[in-house]
Amino acid sequence: MAEFRMPSLGADMEAGTLVEWRVRPGDTVKRGDIVALVETQKGIIEVELFESGTLQELLVKPGEKVPVGAVLALVRAEGEAVAPSVAAPAQPPAPPSATPPTPAPSVGAPPSARPETGVAPPAPSAHRPRASPAARSAAARLGVDLARVSGTGPGGAISLEDVERAARAEAPPAPPSAPPLPSPEARRAGMRQAIAAAMARSKREIPHYYLDTRIDLERARAWLREQNERLPVAERMLPLVLFLKAVALATRQFPELNGLWEGGAFRPSRAVHLGVVISLRQGGLMVPALHDVTEKPLGTLMRELSDLIQRARRGALRSSELADSTLTVTSLGEPGADRVLGVIFPPQVAIVGFGSVRELPWVVEGRCVPRPLVTASLSADHRVSDGHRGAAFLARVERLLQEPEKL
Amino acid sequence: MPPGERKAMVRMTYREAVRAAVREALHRDPRVFLMGEDVGAYGGCYAVSKGCLAEFGAERVRDTPLCESAFVGAGIGAAMGGMRPIVEIMTVNFGLLALDQIVNNAATLRHMSGGQLSVPVVIRLATGAGRQVAAQHSHSFEGWFAHIPGIKILAPATVEDARGMLWSALQEPDPVLIFEHAMLYAMEGELPEDAGAVEISHAAIRRPGRDVSLITYGGSLHKTLAAAELLAREGIEAEVVDLRTLRPLDDETILGSVTRTRRAVLVDEGWRSGSLSAELSARIMESAFYELDAPVQRVCTAEVPIPYPKHLEDAALPQPESIAAAARRTLGERHG
Amino acid sequence: MSEAQAPGLPLNRDEALAWLRQMQLIRRFEEASAQAYSAGKIRGFLHLYIGEEACAVGTLRALQPDDAIVSHYREHGHALARGVPARAIMAEMFAKAEGCSRGRGGSMHLFDASRRFYGGNAIVAGGLPLALGLALADQMMRRPRVTTAIFGDGAVAEGEFHESLNLATLWKLPVLFVCENNLYAMGTALQRHEAQVNLAARASSYGLPAESVDGMDVLAVAGAVRRAAAAIRSGGGPAFLELRTYRFRAHSMYDPELYRDKREVEQWKLRDPIILFIQWMREAGLLSTGDLERLEREVEAEVSDALDFAEAGTLEPVEDLTRDVYTPREARDAPR
Repeated sequence: MAEFRMPSLGADMEAGTLVEWRVRPGDTVKRGDIVALVETQKGIIEVELFESGTLQELLVKPGEKVPVGAVLALVRAEGEAVAPSVAAPAQPPAPPSATPPTPAPSVGAPPSARPETGVAPPAPSAHRPRASPAARSAAARLGVDLARVSGTGPGGAISLEDVERAARAEAPPAPPSAPPLPSPEARRAGMRQAIAAAMARSKREIPHYYLDTRIDLERARAWLREQNERLPVAERMLPLVLFLKAVALATRQFPELNGLWEGGAFRPSRAVHLGVVISLRQGGLMVPALHDVTEKPLGTLMRELSDLIQRARRGALRSSELADSTLTVTSLGEPGADRVLGVIFPPQVAIVGFGSVRELPWVVEGRCVPRPLVTASLSADHRVSDGHRGAAFLARVERLLQEPEKL
Repeated sequence: MPPGERKAMVRMTYREAVRAAVREALHRDPRVFLMGEDVGAYGGCYAVSKGCLAEFGAERVRDTPLCESAFVGAGIGAAMGGMRPIVEIMTVNFGLLALDQIVNNAATLRHMSGGQLSVPVVIRLATGAGRQVAAQHSHSFEGWFAHIPGIKILAPATVEDARGMLWSALQEPDPVLIFEHAMLYAMEGELPEDAGAVEISHAAIRRPGRDVSLITYGGSLHKTLAAAELLAREGIEAEVVDLRTLRPLDDETILGSVTRTRRAVLVDEGWRSGSLSAELSARIMESAFYELDAPVQRVCTAEVPIPYPKHLEDAALPQPESIAAAARRTLGERHG
Repeated sequence: MSEAQAPGLPLNRDEALAWLRQMQLIRRFEEASAQAYSAGKIRGFLHLYIGEEACAVGTLRALQPDDAIVSHYREHGHALARGVPARAIMAEMFAKAEGCSRGRGGSMHLFDASRRFYGGNAIVAGGLPLALGLALADQMMRRPRVTTAIFGDGAVAEGEFHESLNLATLWKLPVLFVCENNLYAMGTALQRHEAQVNLAARASSYGLPAESVDGMDVLAVAGAVRRAAAAIRSGGGPAFLELRTYRFRAHSMYDPELYRDKREVEQWKLRDPIILFIQWMREAGLLSTGDLERLEREVEAEVSDALDFAEAGTLEPVEDLTRDVYTPREARDAPR
């Protein structure tokens, strides 16, 4: 049985509020499925599942705020043993007129004593816990999932008392009712707080060093123009996608820049998940990840980048996209800055910045010619890397950008 | 109550309490008179009016022929004519012979006349089974009568209510039927010496409890209290609600109790199908569904004309054991 | 009653004209009702009194204003003869709030408490016990009043008739039982529903004075009622009168009259009570030239006014639906 937990969607995320389940017990789920929406200080995020199988139980109710790491749901892996009566029938599916399947015994033994003159109660449905009306309404109010409450009422039905006991035991600070979703103002304030906490921690804990270098984009720009002329408008690529790919490929030779500082030690990452800083129109920023950038062609990266930007601005990012960047890239070219010296997002150990692409005088073979130039910068964690390696990394990025067709 | 405030108490039977109420009414209001079969010379079939004929005379304590329709109708007419009749129908079984007058006249005249007429008549009827008098003398039809708009239905279950409900009923401008359970007449209870009228709009909680509401009235109250005692020995705190007034029902008290305990057992000596308990159950579903922790249970009379043999009559009627069992069913594994 | 002007005659000219006018009013009113019913203005059951006018006028004219009347469901004539305004009756049948029962009763339930007119009872014989009670109240309060119960021949088969005659006689209640024998209980002829068709003989078995009267002769009816009422008022106990009459119209509007011969109806029409009374007035010299035409015009105008009034009346708002089921609080607190 796999446990699906409240993901950590940011370094400073301590808890999340479950907003909505997109699945129900009994659903077949597979890795990558969006199964829930979680409200964080940064916004509402689609949370995906990392296991395939059958959703066994939902343990947290919408409206309930639980700490990072709390089990949200149980997923029964494919082929895992299950209660026999719910198992898939060995026979081919019965025709519609056949007897309905036996209800699962786990939902409650038949009542030991029925009213002598009463009519037999209908068999409880397999996916619905047998619970009293009072228990159901209290469960909804207290955010208690009836599926995880054991009943002590008639026929094993869940009573109000059972729900209240479960609420006391399992949701310590359970609010008396589902908290209303925060207002946009409150969300912005929350995001600001989160950025403040992360950046302060970064500057407090990470000894930054900064390097930058100018890169001639003449060849890259020409190649890009040539490519874009052949592409439909919707698929045309931005220079940023070249930067991202170049940065990602460059880390292959500089693993000390790609990974996380955790527990007092650096853990390099084989995969390169590049965090892309996306500023939001209403203020604040988000840093979702483009996954496995080294493995993907530019076209794919461009599509994913566009998607990421749109979803970030819609507030519909996936949990893993916010949680698992290994290195961040920031580009402040659009607003017109020449150079950005970034602050590292802990627990990452580096951030690469790109300024505006500008036509500037550049000396080529002794002659001063106008060239499109961009300043690439590196802020890196001195605990993990040194300036020499950092400079070599930037040089590698520069060389990669001179051969865009190989990116 | 502090000892200093304790009033002088007297012991009396339910029968004596009703008699005291009848005598008080005859003394206090010259418009009041009692009529019915054998209420005078015989002293009342259940000896309720014993001595009243001598005390008040034949004009105000009137023996009637056996003509329920005529004398009940006469009571209705006399009420319209300015009197305050107390009509005694020996038992509800014979009350069926007066159904036309009660249902077609008493209950409708105010409405049919566009509010011009009032019918302040009080009809007392003995009801209930338990004395081995078989199928034609053991009916509990108060639930039937409680079906009818235009009349009010009372069911005194205690000596205090037997003493106090009659005067209050006589103050009502509309017809009131008082159902006195025949098994209660001999029951003794303590009353303050100066006991008098009681209010007749509310149900009473006869025993508070938090685990399950046992809702009943009339003759079943005492069986239900006995059931609560049985349950208490098992650690179940049952609340016992005495409806007292069967029409109009005191929804607030009924639903309040069920909301507190989240479980209801309805005890009704009427037959289960189409009974007062069915009405109560429906009201609980309509208004307190989301408060419930268990299906509503009913303990009613078995669907059989009441048989003569004692063991069969006992088996047909609600009993403390069957009431307690129903309560346990609502409590599930805790006490199942 | 004044017989001073014409020795030997029971009525003077003004009285005779008033009686005739009332009989004609009933006739025209019923004709207009049938028309309004056919036009869909009146719904429910409509039982017309045409042919029986002498019974109502003769009976009601012979009673005192504070005497009580309990009638049956063919009672428009009784209400009109009692003085209930034609407007209020027509509006009642039009289901308007201005009706004499605020529209709640309709044709069969005309009430006017101020005129001691207690309905309008649509359960055959159901009003008789009420009359007993009204009379009992008078007897106990020592009021010299008479309560008249009017019912049809069909009621004689009912238990309540026999219970009531017995009880009234037993208690010497001031009740006048007036049986309008129109020979049919709905569609069942008298000889098909009574073993003893001599209804007076039947009634007399209870020990009360009983008499049969020509119900088509208003003077005979009035004379018999006056005599009986006087005896009752002086403490002689109840009396029974059979008024032999006939309805010229069907039982109700929806009656194809399969049960009687048209020739029988024509035979009875020869004894039309209005024609008979006009003949008597002529012979007695109480009718002047132009009287009939003038009365006709007046009656026509009164019925036309009643129709206009009913048409212009208001329908009670649905919000008031459950009004007058029980006495409202404010009315209860007022001294009774």
